[in-house]
Amino acid sequence: MTLADTKSGNKVVIEKIVDKMTRLQALRFGIGEGSEVECAGILRGGPVILRKNLQEVAIGRKMAEKINVRLKGAV
Amino acid sequence: MDCCAPERLDDNFAADRNIVLVGNPNVGKSIFFNYLTGLYVSVSNYPGTTLDISSGKFENDAVFDTPGVYGVGSLNDEERVARDFILSADIVVNVIDASHLERDLFLTQQLIDLGKPVLVALNMMDEVKRNNIEIDINKLEDQLGVPVIPTVASKGEGLSEIKASLGLATNGNSIFSKYPDLKEKLFIVTEKTRNRADALLLLEEDENEIAEYGNIAVGAREEIYIKRRQRVDEIVNETVHYNQSKSLFKNKLSSWMVKPITGIPLLGLLLYIIYKFIGVFVAQTVVYWTEEWFFLDRYEPIIRALISNSVGLNNFFGEILGGEFGILTMAVTYTFGLLLPLVAGFYLLLAILEDSGYLPRIAVLVDRFLQKLGLNGRAIIPMLLGFGCVTMATITTRLLGTKRERIIAIFLLGLAIPCSAQLGVIAGLIVPLGYKYILIYVLTIFIVYVAAGTFLNKVLPGESSDLLLDLPPLRLPDPRNVLKKTYQQSVAFIKEAGPIFVLGAILITLMKQTGLLTMISEFARPLTTGWLGLPAEAATAFVMGIIRRDFGAAGLSTMVLTAGQTTIALITLTLFVPCIAAMMIMVKERNLKESIMIWFGSWGAAFLTGGIVNIFLN
Repeated sequence: MTLADTKSGNKVVIEKIVDKMTRLQALRFGIGEGSEVECAGILRGGPVILRKNLQEVAIGRKMAEKINVRLKGAV
Repeated sequence: MDCCAPERLDDNFAADRNIVLVGNPNVGKSIFFNYLTGLYVSVSNYPGTTLDISSGKFENDAVFDTPGVYGVGSLNDEERVARDFILSADIVVNVIDASHLERDLFLTQQLIDLGKPVLVALNMMDEVKRNNIEIDINKLEDQLGVPVIPTVASKGEGLSEIKASLGLATNGNSIFSKYPDLKEKLFIVTEKTRNRADALLLLEEDENEIAEYGNIAVGAREEIYIKRRQRVDEIVNETVHYNQSKSLFKNKLSSWMVKPITGIPLLGLLLYIIYKFIGVFVAQTVVYWTEEWFFLDRYEPIIRALISNSVGLNNFFGEILGGEFGILTMAVTYTFGLLLPLVAGFYLLLAILEDSGYLPRIAVLVDRFLQKLGLNGRAIIPMLLGFGCVTMATITTRLLGTKRERIIAIFLLGLAIPCSAQLGVIAGLIVPLGYKYILIYVLTIFIVYVAAGTFLNKVLPGESSDLLLDLPPLRLPDPRNVLKKTYQQSVAFIKEAGPIFVLGAILITLMKQTGLLTMISEFARPLTTGWLGLPAEAATAFVMGIIRRDFGAAGLSTMVLTAGQTTIALITLTLFVPCIAAMMIMVKERNLKESIMIWFGSWGAAFLTGGIVNIFLN
């Protein structure tokens, strides 16, 4: 599944961030491949808000569709 | 690249050391800066950017405040400026938000990796307590290898300790001690460059460094970023403990702000407050005093008297200086009496929105809508500013990710966002006509805005960038910081736009003197009477509108028009070409070819829409 398929409250593990610049910027904000994050909100057709501890990052829909995640606990 | 920018910015004093304050956006750096430097501070524009750098003196050292950044690279103007100052620093005071260590320590680790002596101010410790977070400061100090001092800058706590500890700043534990292969790479590049900082930035594929040294290093940015992230996560795991905390009100408010069902009413409320403050208080009350009472009734008569007693008013130079569109009369009154209060008012609100953390949440809320126009949520900033002055908003489009987005934003700004000066005149003309016409006006402009954006999004090649935004915690803004920002940006506005208004004034006087103004009016007559159904003299209003859009609208107020004609004229004038100042900025920000296309595009859209509304109304 991709980040765009998550629901608010889902805890997910980031598996792959396809776009290189996104990958680099996300690393600066504290989110990398392998990070565990919580979906703090998702707007219909709009951005996804990720939370890691107190840090929140908004990711646009198209970008979110290019980030592969799995639900925490699922293999 | 210019490594010596700080010295060039302020060479009034010879400093022993350069102390540079560095941190993420909104972490309270300025409070540290003010505390260290006291009253004697100079603010200078950093060449080639809209950014201002504050510099001051602490004992025999120079102190510099840099723009907030998440890392040192050359991703945007802020980073380029911060980077130049960091490279010249003898001591880096890194201010970090203790409640966001995962984010902030990335920059800290990068500063350490650059080999700069660092002192960390662990700020906002009060929020740490409130959020039930525990930080082992000794361990953090140990892990980073640099002094860490807890502070609550907004309450003055820890500031004196920072001052006393400046000398303790030291080189910390870089990631290279852990990764021998990276260390080897860095060593090889360092041999070919002036110093380690340059070498590391080369490895991190910093475009300015590459421009200077050429491609002498194999880029390893991603590898370094990943290792740095791992290292920071390690440090956070060992030193920070997040306990279950009760949900604070501001966290709830934060989620209401981005959820459409609650966010849109909140945004509506905000827009209402903006309207009340800018549209009513500033545009009417304040501008009455500054423009009418002071400039028109007191300043201009004195200037005219002076001119008529020296060069005389009824000649070419007299007209240029003090005529209807004179550079000492109209240009001065317009810039300082009308625009400055409006623009300062907008900057004040924008600074409050920015520092409170609301602005990024608005960007999230409107992202989906702006995506349809080929923009992303970030474009809300120039759009909001455009209601103040399109000229300044055009400059602000620099923060958008791609050239494509900048063209769309600049076109939409020039086309369908009426600036405050124009809004004032429009409101005066249309409000008496009643709700029906107000609605026709607002809806038409909105439809054109959406249609133009959608059209450009379809026809322009390429793809717009997507939103990736840090949502900072909601905070009460620090009033001093808000006022400082407002002041700095207002001064920047006057410096940037002032000369252009003067040039515009000269141009109109020339057009008037040579009879060009009347000629164009005559030429445009068929369009105004035939297609738009307006009286012939309305053509003059359009010509005036080319110079300044509110001029055109003001020109209408003296004509006898029906309600429908007024609405059509106002719609056409709003969509009509951007004013001369905005045009000149467009040429500067983009290029002549694109600007001319935008110019003619606006003509077409304006007359097409005006004509269609004319058909519908009759």
